[in-house]
Amino acid sequence: MSSRPLIAPWRLRLRFGFRNGRLTAAWGLSILLAWFGLALFAPWIAPYDPIAQNTDISLLGPHLAHPFGTDNYGRDILSRVIWGARIDLQLAIIGVIFPFMIGTFIGAVSGYIGGRFDSLCMRVIDVVLAFPFLVLMLAIMAILGPGLKSFYIAMALVGWVSYARLIRSQILVLKESDFALAAKSLGFGHGRILFRHLLPNALFGSIVFSMSDAVLVLLNGAAVSYLGLGVQPPTAEWGTMVAEGQAFITTAWWICTFPGLAIVTLAMGFSLLADGVAQVLGERS
Amino acid sequence: MNLARYRFVLSRPPQLLPVLFGISLITFVLVRSIPGDPARALLGSRSTPDALLKIRAQYGLDQPLWLQYFYFLKNLLKGDLGQSLLYKVDALKLIVTRIEPTLVLVLGSVLLALLIALPLATLAARNQGRWADNLIRVFTTVGLGMPAFWLGLMLILLLSVQWGLFPVSGYGRTWLDKAHHMVLPCLTIALALSAVLVRNLRASMLMELQADHVTAARARGLSEAAVFRRHVLPNSLVPAVNLLAVNIGWLISGTVVIESLFAIPGIGQLLVRGIFTRDYMVVQGVAMVLACATVVVNFLADVATVALDPRVNMR
Amino acid sequence: MSLLQVRDLSVIANNAGRDVTLVDRVSFDLAEGEILGLVGESGSGKTMACRGLMRLLPSPGLRVQGAAVRLAGQDLLQLDEAGMRAVRGGQLGMIFQNPSSHLDPLMRIGEQIAEGIRLHQGASKKDARLAAIDVLRQVGIPDPQARVDNYPHEFSGGMRQRAMIAVALGCKPKVLIADEPTTALDVTVQAQILRLLLALRDRHGLSIIMITHDLGVVAQTCDSIAVMYAGRLCEHGNKYDVLAHPQHPYTAGLIDCQPAHSSGHALLRTIAGQPPLLDALPAGCRFNPRCPQVGALCTERLPEGVRVACHYPLGARP
Repeated sequence: MSSRPLIAPWRLRLRFGFRNGRLTAAWGLSILLAWFGLALFAPWIAPYDPIAQNTDISLLGPHLAHPFGTDNYGRDILSRVIWGARIDLQLAIIGVIFPFMIGTFIGAVSGYIGGRFDSLCMRVIDVVLAFPFLVLMLAIMAILGPGLKSFYIAMALVGWVSYARLIRSQILVLKESDFALAAKSLGFGHGRILFRHLLPNALFGSIVFSMSDAVLVLLNGAAVSYLGLGVQPPTAEWGTMVAEGQAFITTAWWICTFPGLAIVTLAMGFSLLADGVAQVLGERS
Repeated sequence: MNLARYRFVLSRPPQLLPVLFGISLITFVLVRSIPGDPARALLGSRSTPDALLKIRAQYGLDQPLWLQYFYFLKNLLKGDLGQSLLYKVDALKLIVTRIEPTLVLVLGSVLLALLIALPLATLAARNQGRWADNLIRVFTTVGLGMPAFWLGLMLILLLSVQWGLFPVSGYGRTWLDKAHHMVLPCLTIALALSAVLVRNLRASMLMELQADHVTAARARGLSEAAVFRRHVLPNSLVPAVNLLAVNIGWLISGTVVIESLFAIPGIGQLLVRGIFTRDYMVVQGVAMVLACATVVVNFLADVATVALDPRVNMR
Repeated sequence: MSLLQVRDLSVIANNAGRDVTLVDRVSFDLAEGEILGLVGESGSGKTMACRGLMRLLPSPGLRVQGAAVRLAGQDLLQLDEAGMRAVRGGQLGMIFQNPSSHLDPLMRIGEQIAEGIRLHQGASKKDARLAAIDVLRQVGIPDPQARVDNYPHEFSGGMRQRAMIAVALGCKPKVLIADEPTTALDVTVQAQILRLLLALRDRHGLSIIMITHDLGVVAQTCDSIAVMYAGRLCEHGNKYDVLAHPQHPYTAGLIDCQPAHSSGHALLRTIAGQPPLLDALPAGCRFNPRCPQVGALCTERLPEGVRVACHYPLGARP
């Protein structure tokens, strides 16, 4: 008796969440592009020089000339927020790229080779993961000294772990797949199989993950700067600006509020993009 | 009670040893990576020739690196984490005296987060697709992107500065006073943690609401409320325990920042101050303690999973 | 008067603004103690019809319509949700194909049985537990005193199905809907479960609607048989009548497909073609593209009928 399951069309519409992943991703992308634009054209968009001090106009609340107010040095907060976008965007992106590349490489090789090397890598990953992320980063930066460069190095040393685990689990599955066996039977070398055949298929999950990881990296970078170990003054960066504004919270709330809002909106951009892409990929599978 | 399932409780600690060793190794490598003369770095301004000799002997600083690691382990097992430069007491003693505020902060945040997340997730799951659900989902997306230090400041702005309900910073003396001081810090972390929890709890609850055994329960005539309370909630909580454990590292990272923000005298603040004052022994000690705490918490979460889910049979 | 009278029961799905009829005006009667076999291919609507009976539809996009669904005189379609909840379990019970997924893994079996007993009979916790032990005994689970505190995963496959029957039975329903109760079990266990259902009917006067695609199961256990195709009932009658002298070409085809009937032929017989998609139905009788005796009327009008819905039924019983 032959039968074909009725793919009841109504079943396909039982989704949880925002009905359209594409819409969510579009929102996220627009926010990111807006910030990117602001950062890129900062010299032309920002009304004032971000590090120009003018004590005559210090601690002024938001008004027409200075929509975000001024800080205790008389610097325009709006300009500092716009210029700060350059640093924070850079932070989020570079802070993801290095761990992504290192982690993907190590995870792929480890998963493919297997055996003792793989066990060793897993142990190392377990140990690194045992440390609270920020704690380990702070400890590393304590040795390297403050600054963006130290931040990137510390991120690379600590952040590769999640990507390694992700890629490794994908490679473990893929290396037993039919097309991998086919490639092997055609006589392709291991390197070629791993990097030209397996890896491209395994990368999907990592790419989606990297978008939500960008949020964490951004927040971490801002936190490290807030603590005083990241970007050093007088460079405008949102985390340091919040720290600077903390002392004046009772008298000049705008100094720490607006940079924080900037962080939130940029983070949301990455979040929405990640959510949207994940939903769209989920729908396709 | 079937105690045989807990057999693994005895077998797991030995498995954790390699990780604990790894933690000590990494910490050791970190401290030895300090540029310059380690003895001088450890002693700072107190680098008299005598003190230098003494510390070189104690940590074997003239010996090859691998031997130094054994000196380090030996000292570790004796409970000697070195001396704090700043406070001039044993690092271990310093950590022990300062651990209370951090514990209060962590536990308080977790409890508060559960109190916030469970009702919100329930509301979202039971009203899927409607305005309550969408509103809550917006909150979680925004909450996930909110820096904890900024959220804390905004709470201070509103609740301390504007309304004067809570103190701006500090810890307090009596238990009541401490509780009063800890409300804002715990709330800050709890809100951030809730964003993560609500997302996942909601997803598990939605999955459970569609589960076969829930349909069967409805087929028996149970009301939606009873179905939710007796069948959906318990089944959703088991993955939540795991989720909390996985996020403990993130939680601890958050407490470090929040302790700085609210000037809470816990080990997080100890760590940050230690970094700025080059108090390497303290930094090393706190890092290790926090890492080991994470390992222990994950172990406890495994035990809790076995306790909660009768199907799990770890060996 | 029959215990259950179903008149024109329909289940309609709303798909992107359009209505798709999944179950089209199904009508049948069920007497006390009668076992009805509801037969059809996957997607024929048999499960959906029964879910519609219980008004337990899997998605808010589905709705139930009908002239009447009378259970012991009460029209279920007129009840509000609270009223329906009293009916579910207490009068109309349901057991499912996969006992492993349909039992709460975190709750002891006794507790799951007692839940229904407390709800429908207002028993106390202690009494409900004793009653649960008794129900476990009735479904043939050995050592019920000990097993009442077991979790579902501690039962073997066949025992788990018995446990699920116990959970439904505890509520003391008048009608039990059994959705493919033996499909996931191996053959020896199948026979045991079927025997159990028959014993429950004999002992308690339980009426059963047995959803199945297996005519062998129907032949063994059912009193009457209803055949569904593409959401419609095409034949309904006494088991011996229908199986020995099928009047609808689809029923005849199903019977022919049975391996036993193919003895003497080299290949197993099949019904050519595929069931139609419910949002792209053929005009007239839904079976006409595959029917070996398709006639003129078949592409014009939907056939109606109580015993058989066909414009050119095969020879009736002599």
